[in-house]
Amino acid sequence: MIVAELKPFSEIEEMIKGKQHLLLVGCATCTAICFASGNREVSLLDSQLKLKSLMKSKEVFTSERMLKRSCEHEFVEELGSFIEKSEAILSLSCGVGVQTIADCFPEIEVYPALNTLFIGRPDESGVWKEYCQACTDCLLHLTAGICPIARCAKGLLNGPCGGSQEGKCEVSPDIPCAWQLIYDRLETRGELHLLDEIKKPKDWSKKNLPGRVIREDLLLR
Amino acid sequence: MSNLEKLLRAGEFAVTAELGPPKSADRGVIEEKAEILKGFADAINITDCQTAVVRLSSIASAAILTSLGLEPIAQMTCRDRNRIALQSDILGAWALGIKNILLLTGDHPKFGNHPEAKGVFDLDSIQLIQMVKQMKEEKKFLNGEEMKVEPKFFIGAVENPFAGSLALRAGRLAKKVAAGAEFLQTQIVYNLEKFSRWMELVREQGLDEKIFILAGVAPIKSVGMAKYMQKKVPGMDVPEEIISRMEKTTDAKAEGIQICIDIIKALKEIKGVKGVHIMAIEWEEAVPEIVRGAGLYPRPSMGEN
Ligand code: SF4
Ligand code: SF4
Repeated sequence: MIVAELKPFSEIEEMIKGKQHLLLVGCATCTAICFASGNREVSLLDSQLKLKSLMKSKEVFTSERMLKRSCEHEFVEELGSFIEKSEAILSLSCGVGVQTIADCFPEIEVYPALNTLFIGRPDESGVWKEYCQACTDCLLHLTAGICPIARCAKGLLNGPCGGSQEGKCEVSPDIPCAWQLIYDRLETRGELHLLDEIKKPKDWSKKNLPGRVIREDLLLR
Repeated sequence: MSNLEKLLRAGEFAVTAELGPPKSADRGVIEEKAEILKGFADAINITDCQTAVVRLSSIASAAILTSLGLEPIAQMTCRDRNRIALQSDILGAWALGIKNILLLTGDHPKFGNHPEAKGVFDLDSIQLIQMVKQMKEEKKFLNGEEMKVEPKFFIGAVENPFAGSLALRAGRLAKKVAAGAEFLQTQIVYNLEKFSRWMELVREQGLDEKIFILAGVAPIKSVGMAKYMQKKVPGMDVPEEIISRMEKTTDAKAEGIQICIDIIKALKEIKGVKGVHIMAIEWEEAVPEIVRGAGLYPRPSMGEN
């Protein structure tokens, strides 16, 4: 899933400066699962904005909506009847959601209330970690199901580097060395030979362009 | 062929030293350090923005050394350049008369003075070694295109026997050899016992016959520095015995140099060690004393190319 977190309140305040009528839009999918865009987060941000406006005696009028998914036009279009009274939309969703709303309603300003962080998963309550960088050519079958691109701080294909120490990455004692993890799991499986071959430099040519997928079998044209 | 390569191929015990370029455009600093090291090392490593701190470029510094009549080993990391820039600099370095190149992954930008920088790591050190070998032996760029004049570098690599399990590290050395590395400089050795065990594994795999291994050494300036390296520097293994020698002495610098000399003498006895690499960054004055003390002076000359 896509993991995101709320921007610092001061930054959001700066973005919406001068706007009086705001529509706060949450998203019920990925970023709600990581507690950044669900009902609770939307109303919390709403109350914070109202409180701040009372303190500054500059009233803001807000309303809240929750979208099932902010990243698909058909869901976002539901907002149509609510935006009339709003000067701007504050979107609590990943960057794709913000853009989808902006595409659907190009006449109105749409602000991102979240910072989109990574593709990852919750590892324990309150902890999310990155697991994939969408490199366009998955090699997990060669690395014991552990992604060296997302989980090695240098994205090495022939690791570990010389900074690996007691299973930890050189960048922090809190981060495991992905290559030590790969080595250990391959060793347990008796598959260390998978490391013998030198992995060739990665082909980033697809990743260098804006990604797209066209499935002829699904086209309606 | 570089002087270093000739010496090693002739079976001489090699000495290399390290020179850290300045954090400014001052050529004078390189000239001063070169003056100190001249005659005491067969070739001199020029670090490439070590610990991710911006410094005068490694290739430019190496070219300055060449013009002063010293033989450089230009270091090159994967941190700051993609495959286009790497290949371009490899051609440029050869055209400037540099003959030795040391290829490494590079420290993470986090450690440097621009932690905001995006780390490139388009290739890793093993892929970089393989690419330089291909340029040298097949006269081909990474994409397979041919070139007219190839860079014929003596290709070096680094390895840290003290990072992770010994078997893992020896396996990685095998990969570097397979990729095309011809000489190797190791992480600084303080823990001789662990280094010897690593060398045993290396010999078991016959790797000492396939690559010239130069063991890294470095003089310690103070007990504080020894403790700092023991506790804080990733990938460094400083045994208690060294700390206690530094604690007992009244002349820390002299003792630091003596420890370094003792380690070199012990390393010379380990089968498969073909030389030492002395890293006395910001303490280049220590190098002549160490080389003399270890009985490695004067340095043999293989004559002009
Ligand atoms: S190799 Fe890693 S980054 Fe690439 S697709 Fe697989 S999990 Fe994602
Ligand atoms: S220590 Fe391990 S995870 Fe960290 S950069 Fe090196 S190989 Fe990658």
